[in-house]
Amino acid sequence: MLVVENLDLCYGDAQALAGVSLEVRQGAVVAIVGANGAGKTSLIRAIAGILKPKRGRILFRGQNIAGLESHRVCNLGIGQVAEGRQVFPTLTVHENLLMGAMIPRAKKRRAENLDRMLALFPRLRERTGQAAGTLSGGEQQMLAIARCLMGEPELVMFDEPSLGLSPAMAQAVLDTIVDLNRQGLSCLLVEQNVAASLELASDAYVLENGAITLSGTGAALLADDRVRQAYLGM
Amino acid sequence: MSFSLYVEVLIQGVLTGLVYGLMALGLSVIFGVVRVVNFAHGEFAVLAMYAAFILFGLFHLDPIVASLPIAAAFFVVGYMLQRTVVQPFVTRPQHEQFILLVGLSIVIVNALLLTFGPESKHTDLSYSFDSYSLGAVLVDKARVYGAAAALVVTTALFAFFRYTLTGAAIRAAADNLTGAAVVGLDVKRLYAISFGVGLACVGAAGSIMMALTDMTPMLGPSLTLLAFTIVIVGGLGSMAGALFGGMLIGVAEALASVIASPSIKSMVSFSLLVLVLALRPQGLFGKAEA
Repeated sequence: MLVVENLDLCYGDAQALAGVSLEVRQGAVVAIVGANGAGKTSLIRAIAGILKPKRGRILFRGQNIAGLESHRVCNLGIGQVAEGRQVFPTLTVHENLLMGAMIPRAKKRRAENLDRMLALFPRLRERTGQAAGTLSGGEQQMLAIARCLMGEPELVMFDEPSLGLSPAMAQAVLDTIVDLNRQGLSCLLVEQNVAASLELASDAYVLENGAITLSGTGAALLADDRVRQAYLGM
Repeated sequence: MSFSLYVEVLIQGVLTGLVYGLMALGLSVIFGVVRVVNFAHGEFAVLAMYAAFILFGLFHLDPIVASLPIAAAFFVVGYMLQRTVVQPFVTRPQHEQFILLVGLSIVIVNALLLTFGPESKHTDLSYSFDSYSLGAVLVDKARVYGAAAALVVTTALFAFFRYTLTGAAIRAAADNLTGAAVVGLDVKRLYAISFGVGLACVGAAGSIMMALTDMTPMLGPSLTLLAFTIVIVGGLGSMAGALFGGMLIGVAEALASVIASPSIKSMVSFSLLVLVLALRPQGLFGKAEA
């Protein structure tokens, strides 16, 4: 579904990604593990079209999308739940959700999807008229996920979805991702909770200093000594 | 001086201030969304005044009525200008944006000078010297009509931002640019619309002003400064602030003109500016930077 080939990305002179290759198969959950600053968010933003890669290809359903503008990438069916949630604080919950459906592919079923999201996230239903900035962190994360799903994505990239949330709320977010995946959504997951993300991932990659150093199934990486030492503290 | 004179001046100030406010609103919208300061704002107002003057000369079209077609035309101009000239500067340093727009303002002023000469122009409307009388208080008809037109345009603008999806998307892009990219909003298009809306405001305001005052090409820089003063007093990026700031400056200048002398009115508005910057730098309606 998504194939990244030899991706290079630079911020000025600093190289953020060097020859990154990975694949997300249809219906899979793929985890990316790595320390802060390893390039996880840069990778997601490059795929999303927010950052322009210097070299390499990003194939989505066979089409090279590297360098495409972000609204065009979104319209192909690649959604993103970004780090720090990135809701629109002064817009209401209702308006935030509608903003997820501004891309052409999602316009037709906007009303229908809105109902679906409010049914899926009852906490948001109680707060539709409230400014998104007044929601708790967990509620904002739910809103970010619901807003993304309003765009009818086929692949969603989750960037640190449980960061800053209470353990119970973090678990609820991960459960939501599992549920969405069961319904057929393909997921690319960057998560600080390495153990949890490897447990639910079919495939996983370790990203260090902008390069992939290890890859395999989630279970294999979970059992790998290097991963256990570096990321699980065992 | 009599009490009724003060009431008269107060009302005139509010009415003129609404038109000023509409002009400043354009500056505020452009800055609030695109984060570019339109240093050619007053020059665009003068351009609109010439457009109104020409329409009046050709078709005897009232400048207040002409404000609508001129606003529409200015929207298109603003949209194209953002798409072609300004957009490449959005991510560049502020001093480069400054040079670009100051350059544009110089081009506008000199093109007008070249075409129309430096003479001051005005429109003779049938009601130019008419006024409504409320007891002892007299209010210019032209100012009442102008303020009403400014209010109509402003209300339409508020409704656009509040109730339309495109309006919400523009607010979203102003709110959180990363978030806008994440959900796939076409930010460049929204910027172009915002610049268009900003110029539509100044186009309508300039056209209305043609019914109220005399005009020369050299009026541009002082109108830019006026719009700045209003927007900074009201709070940069705040729509309500621009409108309130406009009325405040309008009243302050009108009162200063009668109490002291007309030549002192700029001093009063700049003093107000300095006072606001010293005591409440984010402006009366502005939010403090986090």
